[in-house]
Amino acid sequence: MSSITATNKRGFGAFLWDYLTTVDHKKIAHLYLAGGGFFFILGGLEALVIRIQLIKPQNDFVSAGFFNEMITMHGTTMIFLAGMPILIGLMNAAMPLQIGARDVAFPFLNSLSFWLFFFGGVLLNVSFLLGGAPDAGWTSYASLAMQSPGRGVDFYIAGLQIAGAGTLMGGINFLATIITMRAPGMTYMRMPLFTWATFITSVLILFAFPPLTINLFLLMFDRMFDTAFFDVALGGNTIIYQHLFWIFGHPEVYILILPLFGLFSEVFSTFSRKRLFGYTAMVFATMLIAFLGFMVWAHHMFTVGLGPVANSIFAVGTMAIAVPTGIKIFNWILTMWGGQVTVNSAMLWALGFIPSFTIGGMTGVMLGSAVADYQYHDTYFVVAHFHYVIVGGTIFGIFSGLHYWWPKMFGRVLNETLGKVGFWFFFIGFHLTFFIQHFLGLMGMPRRYWVFLHDQGLELGNLISTIGAFAMAVGSTIFIINIVVTAVKGEKAVADPWDGRTLEWSVSSPPPYYNFEQVPLVRGLDPLWIEKMEGDGTMPPGEPLDDVHMPNGSFLPFLMGLGFFVAGFGFIYQTDYTMAYLALYGGMAFAIGCMAVRSVKDDYGYYIPKEELQKALEGEAK
Amino acid sequence: MSQDHSALFPENLPIEPEKATLEGQNKFFGLWFFLGGETVLFASLFGVYLALKNSTAGGPASEDLFGLGLVFLMTMLLLTSSLTSVYAMYHMRNHDFKKMYLWLGITGLLGIGFLACEIYEFAHYITDYGFTFRSSAFGSAFYALVGFHGGHVLFGICWLIGLLIRNAKRGLNLYNAPKFNTFSLYWHFIDVVWVFIFTVVYLMGKVG
Repeated sequence: MSSITATNKRGFGAFLWDYLTTVDHKKIAHLYLAGGGFFFILGGLEALVIRIQLIKPQNDFVSAGFFNEMITMHGTTMIFLAGMPILIGLMNAAMPLQIGARDVAFPFLNSLSFWLFFFGGVLLNVSFLLGGAPDAGWTSYASLAMQSPGRGVDFYIAGLQIAGAGTLMGGINFLATIITMRAPGMTYMRMPLFTWATFITSVLILFAFPPLTINLFLLMFDRMFDTAFFDVALGGNTIIYQHLFWIFGHPEVYILILPLFGLFSEVFSTFSRKRLFGYTAMVFATMLIAFLGFMVWAHHMFTVGLGPVANSIFAVGTMAIAVPTGIKIFNWILTMWGGQVTVNSAMLWALGFIPSFTIGGMTGVMLGSAVADYQYHDTYFVVAHFHYVIVGGTIFGIFSGLHYWWPKMFGRVLNETLGKVGFWFFFIGFHLTFFIQHFLGLMGMPRRYWVFLHDQGLELGNLISTIGAFAMAVGSTIFIINIVVTAVKGEKAVADPWDGRTLEWSVSSPPPYYNFEQVPLVRGLDPLWIEKMEGDGTMPPGEPLDDVHMPNGSFLPFLMGLGFFVAGFGFIYQTDYTMAYLALYGGMAFAIGCMAVRSVKDDYGYYIPKEELQKALEGEAK
Repeated sequence: MSQDHSALFPENLPIEPEKATLEGQNKFFGLWFFLGGETVLFASLFGVYLALKNSTAGGPASEDLFGLGLVFLMTMLLLTSSLTSVYAMYHMRNHDFKKMYLWLGITGLLGIGFLACEIYEFAHYITDYGFTFRSSAFGSAFYALVGFHGGHVLFGICWLIGLLIRNAKRGLNLYNAPKFNTFSLYWHFIDVVWVFIFTVVYLMGKVG
């Protein structure tokens, strides 16, 4: 507790400095949630603009060009700057605690990951103020992106390149952490499902992001340095971009959903007061989904003309993913079967997820049929499908996870009434918005169009969809109000408010900065539950009380991010102004200089003396 | 807060000093995973190259450009440098700091030799054939793939020089042993990629 009271006494400057230099995974989680939350609001506002424009036929609320910027930035922001960072935030908050570790393997790198994401996201959004945002869609296909005037697409390239580098580092970090830093007795098959999902998602990040990196490089070379990768006159080929994009892009959608599959497993099991049904099957289903996720990218390209053999193979592969996903859905239902189910906000979001995501999965199988896909392709049917899986899966999961871990992360329990009201607004709004879009798509309404015409039967559907979008906005706003209300007068959280099963509930809420005075000894799956049933309800220590090694904080990650941010502007503007080379070389030199400082200066970390830990242990015993 | 770090500088080093600490193990796994990502990175570039290698747009093709003599020399330089870095790691495990430095130094020199050949090769293509990054899709793909590899070699050499200067007066300890080891792993990876470039780009380009 001493560190918390100390934080309260210090001024805002010290508080800010603490977060700018922190390498503590719990504080980095706060940063990720704040950053991701900010971009979530931004992406939500962009969605509202899209829906207002489409509220009636031939509306002129925004111009066609601005509409293109809105759809591009809504997709890019929600996926790269809202969804993934919030997930990585939840992973940072929970995973090290769940395996009984004191931090991640590379705390410095963890901080760098965040700052690269942050500066990449800011760079991308600054484009709004500097002559227009990217407008070639979130996929930014080369054939379109090469023709896009202005600097928008260049901001897309630079912003995503910087943010993507941070994500890749985060993936490597989590992998090393889970391999080397599990507590004694925490074997792989005793790891909580969320930790498993973090591990497998990190593998996906590791292998999926490099193709995006290369793709962005190719586009950058073509747009900024006049190369010929996508220039057909010089023998280039724009289909390469589509392949590389989807070799990244399809695993990416599993990066967005697998962590939540893990989270829902925790939530269902905790609030049913039952062990997860089919733990082993759940682990292997997750692996299978991840593996198949790499094998199906061309189902985004059925209409490109790859030929019937390629299309058939990818169609079969796509439909096969429904099998492991089905295993998961049934296991969740069977986890609740016969359990003592508590329906609170976290559980409501999880319960809402099952039918919503299943509908999204079912339309996924429909889209996976290559023959039928020629009808669905680029219509609102596709829009409805991927919002059912990404909102119905990822966003529902994020809200569930925030309700579930909020007490652990911030020491206060979110208000239940507001949580439930917010859920119902969002849930009903979500289905209002997107269910009708299936039919709009089947009626032939193409996606990404600025306007639709009168008398084509599309008016009512679009009106309903827009109304639903506002209901979702209300639901989200209620959640933000909930955060404020909870921060002001929320109920203080005990260490274990949900009668939890996994290790994060064995430490105080929020945990001390070193997490565990003594790393716990794990005796089986759901280790805390085992101690509640067979032991004294507390974790036995897995090591003697000794000095604890901790990493030093550092301001360098922030500075490195800043260097790349400045260099990003240099890359974008060097085609127009020679002066921009100053920013390019200056920014790169600064970032690399910071790396050199990091390399040359030894950083041994420091030790917390065991006397201090002894005192903390005695305090807890009281 | 205690600042006793003597555990990192023991009198007698363990047999594998690079993996004796948790930090060392983390670096070992972290670098392997990084190389996994790098594999996909280069695989993407190989894919692009294979798709575009015949798109010469009327410019010089691979048969006109490549000379296997120079490429053979480059291959020898880089493969030998992999061997010398193995010697360096062997001496690290025997705690022979001076011999480790000697072999790492030779590794660096061989790497510089490779890079010099590559710069000569590129300059030759550009000045004598007008074959540039911009002249055709084949040119773009060639320079992207081989240049990315060359950039990795350059980065490796800078990394090595930094390591050698920084630790010159300190001797081997548990803090810097993982750093030498991760460099060596990275260097092997760069060599393996070159073996594929030699085969896919140069051999297939000349006789395929």
